[in-house]
Amino acid sequence: MALNVLVFAETTDGLSLKKSTREALGAGRRIVDKTGGGEVSAALPVVSSGELPAALAAWGADRVLVAESSEFASYSPGGFTAAVVAAARKTQPSAILIGGTAHGKDLTPRLSARLEAPAATDCISIEIEGDKIFVLRPAYGGKVQMKVGFGKLPAILALRPNAFEALPEDSSRKAEVETLEVPLEEKDLALKITGTEKSKSERPDVAESDLVVSGGRGMRESENFRLLEELAEALGAGVGASRAAVDAGWRPHGDQVGQTGKFVSPSLYIACGISGAVQHLAGMIGSKVIVAINKDPDAPIFKVANYGIVGDVFDVVPAIIQELKKNA
Amino acid sequence: MNILVCVKQVPDTEARVQIAGEGKSIDIQDVNFILNPFDEFAVEEALLTKEKVGGEVTVISLGNESAGSVILTAMAMGADKGLLLKTNSQADDPFQVARVLAAQIAETGFEVVFFGKQAVGNQHGQVGLLVAELLGVPAISEVSELEIDQKSARGKREIEGGNEIFQCSLPAVFTTQKGLNEPRYPSLKGRMAAKKKPLDIRAVELAEARFVIESLSYPPQRPRGRILGDGAQAAAELVRCLREEAKVI
Repeated sequence: MALNVLVFAETTDGLSLKKSTREALGAGRRIVDKTGGGEVSAALPVVSSGELPAALAAWGADRVLVAESSEFASYSPGGFTAAVVAAARKTQPSAILIGGTAHGKDLTPRLSARLEAPAATDCISIEIEGDKIFVLRPAYGGKVQMKVGFGKLPAILALRPNAFEALPEDSSRKAEVETLEVPLEEKDLALKITGTEKSKSERPDVAESDLVVSGGRGMRESENFRLLEELAEALGAGVGASRAAVDAGWRPHGDQVGQTGKFVSPSLYIACGISGAVQHLAGMIGSKVIVAINKDPDAPIFKVANYGIVGDVFDVVPAIIQELKKNA
Repeated sequence: MNILVCVKQVPDTEARVQIAGEGKSIDIQDVNFILNPFDEFAVEEALLTKEKVGGEVTVISLGNESAGSVILTAMAMGADKGLLLKTNSQADDPFQVARVLAAQIAETGFEVVFFGKQAVGNQHGQVGLLVAELLGVPAISEVSELEIDQKSARGKREIEGGNEIFQCSLPAVFTTQKGLNEPRYPSLKGRMAAKKKPLDIRAVELAEARFVIESLSYPPQRPRGRILGDGAQAAAELVRCLREEAKVI
């Protein structure tokens, strides 16, 4: 049975597609190709679409619904919701896929309410059995995984960043591009985002980054995170922190990885001076490769690490940086 | 001002989580339950709002009988009264939970409603926004800075690589997260006082779930790792492994 999929196309400042959107397109493509006959549509709320429809096609969309409005210059919770709702009414999807970014997570329940459709957040895999959709999502701090089915479609699925693979970019792929009229009511614009402040860090955000260097109590003080910034720079990684490091005031709250922080699934997670409390493991256990550097050979972090080095972070990390630079 | 705060009882984050025999829920024997950590920020913000603009703070929780204990915790922190929406069914579907809460909140009346950004158990992160949509009022999720006066609110929410600055009129819903405030601890005096505060209990029915838990499983075991060595001398081997074996850099 053919299933149609709708993907929310999220951009960085209206210029390029977010990595999480490319991953959602890849996931959508796999659903459609497996079931046969359906199409992957993308809903694109933006000021001016430019090259974005072509990019959406190259990453897997068959059909692009472009909603252009000056209201879409930055994220508008009501406006973006209205745009995806309008696209859903037009394309009748069985699943709506959303990258689990800050905006994607904000959008998901709003769509669920407007479409009266069930939603699952933080999905790490999607299974199709016949015409039924199931997802797997971690719960209870990753101590269990939940297989979820849906009593009504569309199923609205927010995907954990880095948990799904994008397809290779293929610029020979073409999509049907059409204009999407989005009727905006006053209540859609009642909440206004009046501006954004960029953080001072030049490193990618910890939740989105495919490589993460993270520090804990063993870093001893705020200043010492410079060493991890340096390692992150050598790798092109984001910098995270344990709760201990955040509560000590060494790092901003937004960097915290763990049960009361962010859940991350990068390809590589390097834990420096982090003992590995269960609440921290909850946030990073889904990483593909985990490296632990800790003085204490009995630290629980070594139980989940693929590679461990027993030693002082302040000896080991500079040696790694040197090694990376040597063979760069 | 009518200030509401919705809270949830969740397993302690330290708890060992075991899947129950039927395979669809967790075994709650020997599990210690606590006020959801993100809800502590919601309760604190409700109290701060009351201190600033005046009014009354009502704590609402949906759950079984034992959920009354987290309402007591919130009242010990300083909330004025509590309402337990009692159900014995497993409240897995965030939409159905939100429906019941929204109906109750509409009946109670409100200027602001606070929720924690998500519960550490099911980790949906949906109920606060669903309730706002069902009520047709503005909602701001994951608020990290907030200023409320009699008629409006402004503040910040964290996004990747920065903050968004928002403003809206009241009534409105906010979901709270770490960094917004420092939740107070309930004092002994507060705990004693809480027992005398009004706690209303109403039985509620949840509609049929459309978010259906088919099964719970334990995550796959991670492959056994290895210690590459001690100190700086192991750095070269690590970089080689990451490049050639794991191929992640």
